[in-house]
Parts: sequence; structure tokens; C-alpha cells
Amino acid sequence: MTKSNLFKDGLKVVNMGLEGFNQGIRESGGESLQVDWKPRAGGDSRMVDLLDSISEDKKAMIEQANGEALGRILKGKPELVGLSTAREVIPGLSEDTILHAGPPIGWGRMCGPMRGAIIGALMYEGRAYNKEDAEALGSSGIIEYSPCHEHNTVGPMAGIVSPSMPVFVLKNAEFGNQAYCTMNEGLGKVLRYGAYGPEVITKLKWMENVLYPNLRKALESCGPIDIKNIIAQSLHMGDEVHNRNRAATSLFYRKIAPHILRTADSRENAEAVLNFIDGNDHFFLNLSMPACKVTLDAARNIRNSSMVTAMTRNGTDFGIQVSGTGDKWFTGKAPVPDALFFPGYRKEDANPDIGDSSITETNGLGGFAIAASPAIVQFVGGSSSDANEYTLKMYEISVGENNIYQIPYLNFRGTPTGIDIIKVVEKDITPFIDTGVAHREPGVGQVGAGVLMAAKEPFKKALEGFIR
Amino acid sequence: MEYGSKIMKGEYFDSVTLMNVARMISEMAGIEDAAVVMGTRENMSILSSAGLLLNDFKKTDDTDLLVAVKAHDMDSLGMALKSVPDLLDEVRKKKSTVNEEKYYSLDHSLEENPDSDMVLISLPGKYAAGEARRALKAGLHVMLFSDNVGLDDEVELKKLGRDKGLLVMGPDCGTAIINGIPLAFANVVNRGNIGLVAASGTGLQEVSTLISNMGGGISQAIGTGGRDVKKEVGGLMTIEGIKLLASDPATQVIAIVSKPPHRDVVIKIDDLISKLDKPVVAVYLGETIEDRPKLNYYFSDTLEGAAIKALELSKYGKVSADRYPEGQEKLEIKAKEIAGSSSLGQKYLRGLFSGGTFCHEALITFKGVVSSVFCNISANKEHELSDPWKSMGNTVVDLGEDEFTRGRPHPMIDYTLRNKRILAEAMDPEVAVILLDVVLGYGSNMDPGKELVPVLEEVKEIAGTRNTKISVICSVTGTDMDPQNRSKVARELERAGAVVMNSNYEACRLSALVIYELMEGKLEKGV
Repeated sequence: MTKSNLFKDGLKVVNMGLEGFNQGIRESGGESLQVDWKPRAGGDSRMVDLLDSISEDKKAMIEQANGEALGRILKGKPELVGLSTAREVIPGLSEDTILHAGPPIGWGRMCGPMRGAIIGALMYEGRAYNKEDAEALGSSGIIEYSPCHEHNTVGPMAGIVSPSMPVFVLKNAEFGNQAYCTMNEGLGKVLRYGAYGPEVITKLKWMENVLYPNLRKALESCGPIDIKNIIAQSLHMGDEVHNRNRAATSLFYRKIAPHILRTADSRENAEAVLNFIDGNDHFFLNLSMPACKVTLDAARNIRNSSMVTAMTRNGTDFGIQVSGTGDKWFTGKAPVPDALFFPGYRKEDANPDIGDSSITETNGLGGFAIAASPAIVQFVGGSSSDANEYTLKMYEISVGENNIYQIPYLNFRGTPTGIDIIKVVEKDITPFIDTGVAHREPGVGQVGAGVLMAAKEPFKKALEGFIR
Repeated sequence: MEYGSKIMKGEYFDSVTLMNVARMISEMAGIEDAAVVMGTRENMSILSSAGLLLNDFKKTDDTDLLVAVKAHDMDSLGMALKSVPDLLDEVRKKKSTVNEEKYYSLDHSLEENPDSDMVLISLPGKYAAGEARRALKAGLHVMLFSDNVGLDDEVELKKLGRDKGLLVMGPDCGTAIINGIPLAFANVVNRGNIGLVAASGTGLQEVSTLISNMGGGISQAIGTGGRDVKKEVGGLMTIEGIKLLASDPATQVIAIVSKPPHRDVVIKIDDLISKLDKPVVAVYLGETIEDRPKLNYYFSDTLEGAAIKALELSKYGKVSADRYPEGQEKLEIKAKEIAGSSSLGQKYLRGLFSGGTFCHEALITFKGVVSSVFCNISANKEHELSDPWKSMGNTVVDLGEDEFTRGRPHPMIDYTLRNKRILAEAMDPEVAVILLDVVLGYGSNMDPGKELVPVLEEVKEIAGTRNTKISVICSVTGTDMDPQNRSKVARELERAGAVVMNSNYEACRLSALVIYELMEGKLEKGV
């Protein structure tokens, strides 16, 4: 644009600062848009210096690398190809290994719900018969803890995966990589929220003995299921596939039900399996998560890319990984979500943010796509305009937009996709995440659901690590 | 503790809405806990573990809405249960607000709006230059309303703009009109064939509104910020602005409005103008320039003079007969009239200006008519006010100077300070004339009549206690198309006893003549 075309009819102004200036422009037939401006990097001078240190050449290389990273996400083709057990398929999982959500953490720093889930897992595996024994074993050093993310796996909330647990096997048909996730237990007292009572273990055993074999056979009969397609449809039906999975679960149910009926070992088990899926609105969460994981894993290790490939919490720390810095974790303190609580619970009961489920936001879904999900906007202030504002804000920090996942209300605009740490730090806008809330004590379970803005610190550390 | 329940049959709400209602109930006075759920088996177990599974709920089913409340007393309990239907309604009907897309960064707003022309920046000076640089790099014109931008930054930005063919209006550029769109503190004026380049915001407002009020029109009005014509900046944007107007087919006359530019800048401007075909009018407020680099180049001492000359050259509009220069005689008659209504001992004028340029123009207009004018912006040390808050003899004050605006809005917006000062001046028995400017347009106070009329009434009362009159003479800078409507404001002020003139120059001239009359008892012809 040059001066030669400034003089014409009308004028389109970007107004930064006094909002009152819009009035004169708009009333006189001009257009103006308001920038809700904040000081760069929130006024953090160290970050400003760091941002300024990026040369124009480097910026061009970053842009190209991020383009490549986004391209891989867009090309990703997550399919559900089978079911297996963790021990059989998850790489690097020894009999003494337990996987957990979030960045690396040892027993000593683990939060209540994560310890609770480990206690439950050890009892489920038959390695302990009561809470005390399980705690003793869990803290003994015999059990090795490792993040799910480092084993091509993701787990909601505590994200505990032990060798006997059945897992979904997802494959990225475009790039060939795989990802794994346990099956969703439903709501109430469940392992992922740190509950470990007898009913929890009984349900896990039922899942292992009835749900898993029947679902496995059904899937063999059905053949690979295109999860990307289900997610895309469900966004048009009010899901954002993190806090709302009702439509996607229904779509999955439609797909798998005939095969369950055809292949189930008994009519009774078929009914039980179908009722289980039907009765759990979050059944699909454990498919949307590994679908995002298998998609994002293909965008790892791209030199000069500042795009986030993992963003996750272990209930103590909030951590991210960035494509250009490989497997290195950048962490900060996990925030406590702003939530609506179940009767009898309040904010003081809430554990800091936990779970790998923010892999959905990392892939431009969940909180990034909340404008697609009017049914749950109560979490973000009650009106759908609040939800739209959150999604629109996420475009600010995203590398680009999705070509398949769309938001009907925004005229089928693609979801904001690929978090760029440079934009996050520069604009001082952190990712917006939907989440469930666990009780801070082990053994209690879910106490609410809500939203939060990601911690800033990991992004700042990542920027430092990235630039060096 | 008191427990109470409510069962609403056949209602359905999603669980999130219900959690929200439960939260609202829990937050009511005297309430310990509350649950609002659909009666599913799962919810029953939630109620049970919360100690809220009440007996009434035993025979309910999935489609019943259950409310359980635990309260400190029966009254609170009753209130809470009664409120449930309304709360549900409230949540259900929560009105949807229409979304205006918000942006949080310049980069993103431009990504989404690549057809943007200009960025208007009124951020704190510390950040303004950085954002302006981004805008220029992205190929956008910039208007920098912000002040406190370093001189180095200004020069760098303007050079960058010049090299990219982009305007950098400001820093400290209060007003501009581009394509008929008023920017920041600007008036709604007729469109026409006169293009302005101004290093003075109020000057631009005065010249553009005078032209418009006389039936002419403005093609473009480009602001440059006051420092543009200083040696260090070297008139970078004044020059670019003139070039731009020179090549604009809609502009037939160019007018330059500025406080006296540095000599080097004047040479540059003259050099450029000598190559142009279009006629040029310049007002350098105080700087009378004798050499004309070309035939078609005119100078005026006053803003009004520049507006009238530009209008003549534009061949549009008409200077009405009662105005300068034919109106001189009328002004003198009016001055005599006003002087005649004063009492013995009233001999001074007090000019209280919200526009710095107007204050400057007042000093120029008084020259040779009123002697010894004290001022807070005077270059003449001898006549500098020792205390800007206190007038002495003949005084004019620029209330837009830093000492008055620290911690408060500009006097064009907030009349409080000037209103107080008006009353203080009225208390002085030696004061004959209070001279004011009233600036209209976007950005300025939306109802100056409401601000000033009660004060003018009070001035009358104060003078009345001394059995005399204090004349309030003012100009109203604006047009009838401005949101305030100039005619309406002028009528209101006149009804309150003020003498409203067509321009700041006229108001100053009239005031000066009144003082002259009072001092000399007569008018020297031809002044």
C-alpha cells in the first residue's frame, strides 16, 4: 500500500488506544476496529529483549518452519485401528512402569489425585491389596514414573496407565505414527480423578474383561474408524471434544453398535457394552485425545518451529514441548481452574490443573473451539458471545486455521490451530483450556468442571530455550 | 441447619446451567450448600455423598428437576427455594450480546483486515513508537495522537514513512481529516477542493471549520504534529503532505498551517512550493514572510485570514460582507458599545484558552493594540506569568499546557478548571473582558453550553454586585454538522450573555479593541 491510494472514498482505521475515537470515524462513514492493546510481553522487559533479538532472517525461517508444522497437523489423518493392552503396544513400558499425565514428576511432588490414581492402578494390577501397601510400593522407588507423552500416549486427568490396561490404538494414516489412550471410565468415582475404592477397581476389571475384548472384536469387524471425520462432524453438533463429547460419542456409537451386536460374546455383554458407551458422554474424549496426539506427534522436531507439540499438566506442574526444541519440557506451576463445582464442593477443594487432555487445545480444539459448543458456555461466563470471544482470541496466538475442523457460528471458519510460543509471549495471551476439576485429596474424584488460561511461565521458558 | 427441597416435574436443563444456578443459590445469605440436579441415578449418588439426598427425592425419576438447599435458618431456606424458578429463567434467557470482533494485537488485526488504511495510535508515548513502526512496516499510514514520543523516534519513523510512501501524522497530532473522515479531535466539515497541511491541531480545526462555514470545503487535512517544523525533524511530513496534496486531483488549493517553522524548513517548503502549479496559502502564526517564491503563494498572519484567502482561491463559497476586512468597522463600533457598558476601573482582559494555537493567535492579534500582555507561553520573559494559576494585568493563558493538564483531561473535554478560573477572573474588579475559545468536534466536550451557561450566569451576578458588566467574548470553533452543532452552542452562549464571534481572530480582535477603547478612550483609525 502506498500513499497513492490513501485518497479515495472511505477509510479503514485500526484504532489503538482511546476507544472514543471510533465514534467520529464510524459516524462519518469510515470503518474502524479497536485493538484491545496491552504492553508487549505484558511489560516483561527480559522477554521484550528476547523477542527483539530475533533477526528478520530468523523470523523468516521460523515462519517457514511453522508453516511446515501446521501443514503436518492439517495433513494428519488419525484413525482408530485397534485395541490392545498397554503392555503389548506402548513402547518402553516395563512391568514396573506407570505412565502419568503432564510433564515428568516423581512420587514426592505428585498431587493427591495422581497418587490416588497410582494407588488404584497398583491395586488393579494386583501389586498391592490396600491403600497403605500401594502407597509404600508407589513411593519405594521400585515403580518408575514416566509421562504418557514420552510414550506416544495421552491420559485424561491423572492419566495413569499401567501395563494391564486396555488401550485404543490410533494411527496417523498420513505419517504412519501411532498413539495410545486408555478407555474412558465415565463420571463419578473414577481412577483418572484419583479415586481408588473397590467400585473403581471393579469397573476397571470389567473394562478389561468385558468392554475391551468385545470392543476389540467389534472394531476388527468394522475396520479402521476415521476419527478426524467424527471430530469434524461433532463440531457441527455442539462438541468441542474436550469438555463436551456428547455428539462425538453418539457418532462413534452409531458406527460401532452394529459390530458389537454382530461380534459380542454374549447378548448380555453386548447390551452391557452398548449401555456403557451410551451412558458416558465422555467416552469419546479418550479418542479425541489420542487423535490429537497422533496428529501433533507428526509435527515434532521441525527445526526452527516455535509451535507447541504438547501442552499438559500433572496437577503440580504445567509443561509444554515445542517442535523446534524436541523432547525438552518447559514447565511452571499449574494454575487452579475457575470452575463450577458439584454440590458439596468449592474452590478450596480443587486440585491445580491436571491431565493430558489439553492436547485437544494444542490441536486447536477444546477451549480453542469453544465457540462451536454453545451448550457448555456456562463455564465461560454464561453467554455464547463470551465463548466466541475466547475462540477469536485464540486466533491471535495460533499459527493458522484448520481446514477440516470448523466452527459453524463463525461462518464455518477453521478452528485456531497450532499454538505459537512467540505469539503467546509477545501478546501476553495464554491458551484457553476447558477442563475437569479433581479433588485435591486422593480417593475423592471429580468435584467440578471449568476453564483456565494456561500458565505463562512455561511459554517464557520455552521462548528462552527456543532462541538459544 | 435447615434442609429444604423443591421438585419440578418435567423440567429439563443441562447440568452446567444447573450447576450455575446451584452456585447462585449457595452464594445467597444464610445458605450453606445447594444442589440443583436432574433426578438421574448418578445425580442421586452425588446428592447422597453431599448429604443432600432428601426424603422427598425418593420417588422421583430422570425427568424431575431436584433442588436441595441447606440453610442456617428457615427464612433463608424459604427465600432460596422461592428464587429457583426465577434463577432458572434468568440463566435460560440470558440475553445474547452481539459480538464485535475484538483484536488484541496490531499484527492480528491486520492479518484479518488486510484492507486497513491507517493506524490511529493514542497509547502511552513509551509504547507508541514501537506500534507505529510495526504499522509502517506493514504498509499502513500512521496517525500518532500520543505525545511523549522521543525526537529520535519521530525522525526515524518519519523517514521510514517517507521512504515507504506513507504518512506519519504526529506524534502529538491531535487532528486530521482523511477522505472526509474526522480523526481524533476533528470537526465534520464540507468536502471540497482545499487541502490542508497543519503542524497545529487547533489551527487545522479553525481553518477547516471556517472554510466549511463560509461554504468552501476540505479535500484532505493532514496533521504533522507540532515538532515537524522544527530543525531536528526538518519538516519531513510537512513536505510529504504538500507533495501528496500537490498530486491529489481533488485538491486545487493548498493551505499550510503552522507555528513559525525553523528557517531551514521554511526554505525547504518554499523550494517545493516554487515548483508547484497549485496556489498555496500559508499561515505561520506570527512569522510574516516578505519574499514570495512564486506568484501564487500567499501569506496570512491569522488563521481566519488564511481560511478566507484559501476560500477565494478555491472559487467556492463566499466571504460574507460583515467579515474581515469589511467587518473591521463593525468590530470597532461593537467594541465601543462594549467599552461603554463598563465601569470606571475596569481595564483588563483575561483570555482563557483551551487551544494553544488560539492563545498564540491572541498574542499576535493584540500586538500593537494592547500592550503588556502576560502569558504562560510567552517567549518574552518579561511578560511571563510568574504564577500561571494567577492572572495579572492583561493576561492570556493556555490551559492546555502541562501545568494544567497533569492528572486531568484536556480543557477541551473537561471544563471544570477553566470554569473555576472564569469565576476567579470575574471576582477581579479591574477585569472588563473575559475571552474564551470553545472548540467543538469529535473528541471535545459534547455539551459545552451545559458547561458554560451556568458559569456565565454567575459572572453576570458577580459583576451585578458591583453594578457593572463583565463582557464575555468567545469564538466557537466548529460546524453545524459537528455532533454539538455550532449554531445551537452559539445560541446558548449568546442567550447567557456572551458575545460569540465567527473566529478566534475576531474574538481576540474585538477584545483587544475593547481594551484599547478603555485605555485610550478612543480608537485609532486604521489599526
